[in-house]
Amino acid sequence: MSAVVPHEHEQEFEEEEELPAWSLPAEAVDRIRVPVTLPEQVTREWAWGGSTGAGVRVCILDSGIELDHPLVGRVDNSVAVVRDEDGVLQVVEDGEGDLCGHGTACAGVVRALAPDVELTSVRVLGAGYTGGGEILLHGLGWAIEQGFPIVNMSLSTTRTKYVERLHELADRAYFRRVLLVASAHNMPVESFPWRFASVISVGSHEESDPLTFYYNPNPPVEFFGRGLDLDVAWLGGGTLRCTGNSFATPHIAAVGALILGKHPDLTPFQLKSVLYQTASNARGGA
Amino acid sequence: MSDLEAAVAAGVLGADEAHRSLLQATVEVARAIFGAKAASVFLLDEEAEELVFEAVAGEGEDELIGMRFPAGNGIAGWVLTTRQPLVVDDLSSDTRWSRSQAESTGYVPKSMMAVPLLVEERALGVLSVLDRPPESRVRLREVDMLGLFANQAAIALDLLQRARRAREALAGEGRLAPLARVAARLEEDERDAAFELLRAFERVLVETSD
Repeated sequence: MSAVVPHEHEQEFEEEEELPAWSLPAEAVDRIRVPVTLPEQVTREWAWGGSTGAGVRVCILDSGIELDHPLVGRVDNSVAVVRDEDGVLQVVEDGEGDLCGHGTACAGVVRALAPDVELTSVRVLGAGYTGGGEILLHGLGWAIEQGFPIVNMSLSTTRTKYVERLHELADRAYFRRVLLVASAHNMPVESFPWRFASVISVGSHEESDPLTFYYNPNPPVEFFGRGLDLDVAWLGGGTLRCTGNSFATPHIAAVGALILGKHPDLTPFQLKSVLYQTASNARGGA
Repeated sequence: MSDLEAAVAAGVLGADEAHRSLLQATVEVARAIFGAKAASVFLLDEEAEELVFEAVAGEGEDELIGMRFPAGNGIAGWVLTTRQPLVVDDLSSDTRWSRSQAESTGYVPKSMMAVPLLVEERALGVLSVLDRPPESRVRLREVDMLGLFANQAAIALDLLQRARRAREALAGEGRLAPLARVAARLEEDERDAAFELLRAFERVLVETSD
């Protein structure tokens, strides 16, 4: 851990915000031309045929990613959220890898489906249990400022005191073209952020094809991805056979990255629509 | 007074034992339903950042209660931190984990289902089910069912912790200990008088604070 990582993409946001925001004068219509028009029939071939995720930056907000894991490969950037001597949260470069294996597992799933994405690890887990919520919020805020088009969040918080700020961050992400893909909870508890409409929430199905995914017309869980009996990347360069929504989530994140690899201009709203239209239970998913 | 109220509500004396039995019953049913070799509940000790074996059914039942290990490690630590249930089917491939597990408990499971114990917004610990029969392939229904058991275990664990806190408050150096000692020393009719005095004192406090 060393240098504080700068917010290198702040400039871009300011340019983006010059677009009409509150009303649309006649002369501004040209400036909001939509760069991608969905075809009459969105198919998987149209959506991600030929895409490897190249050029798409995917952020894994988790426990870190083990470096040099054969199933994960190159990790372009690893940072951690830590408290400095004054107790202030900082995002610093991280050389510790993964402390529990969870982030590595998620990164491996993304890499398997979208081999050419750029992976960034933001470590927000595994650094003790007190202040964990603050660390999570800070890491998420940083990821949004960096403008990662896809952020995988295979985690949730049950602390209601964070809900409002988390909700604001989720909305900010949505408006800044950052798609948060979050694990749903299959337990009788209230947890967040997967319940927010501005994120994509993911539960598990029982099939073995990694590209089989379903749209759920009865939210809050919006999509089901592969989450049963997977061999996921694990600490020490190995694999572990696991089941859980934690692993269904990066499947949907990876498909999102494939789509953005081919259609980088899609907004989270459009991307969600394409995911719906290419789901295995929708017309374009065949 | 909330600790004293909790103490009274929980009945304190004996409640500890009753809640422990409820927790034990939960792990025993979980073990039986899944046909597993063992099932256990770990309590999170937030201050020490450790998980403590609080109830065990099956393998290790007699030795493990009270044993501690770091809360950030292993499958249980992962489940606690992510608040997500997890099923792992070939633990033997994680040699580091198996070794440390063997050293601390003397038993190395091959498979593990683990689920966080959540009460309202707090994570109290982890419920784990070890070594289901080899032929039983886990389905998502089983994971959902484990979540239901976890709900029950979390309630039992919550009651147990409340009773313990109440007892601590009333014993030894606890904040309410003098009150408990005085109450214990008084005869039945004196106790009524003493509580009447306390109520009068409370009324005075309320009036002066107005």
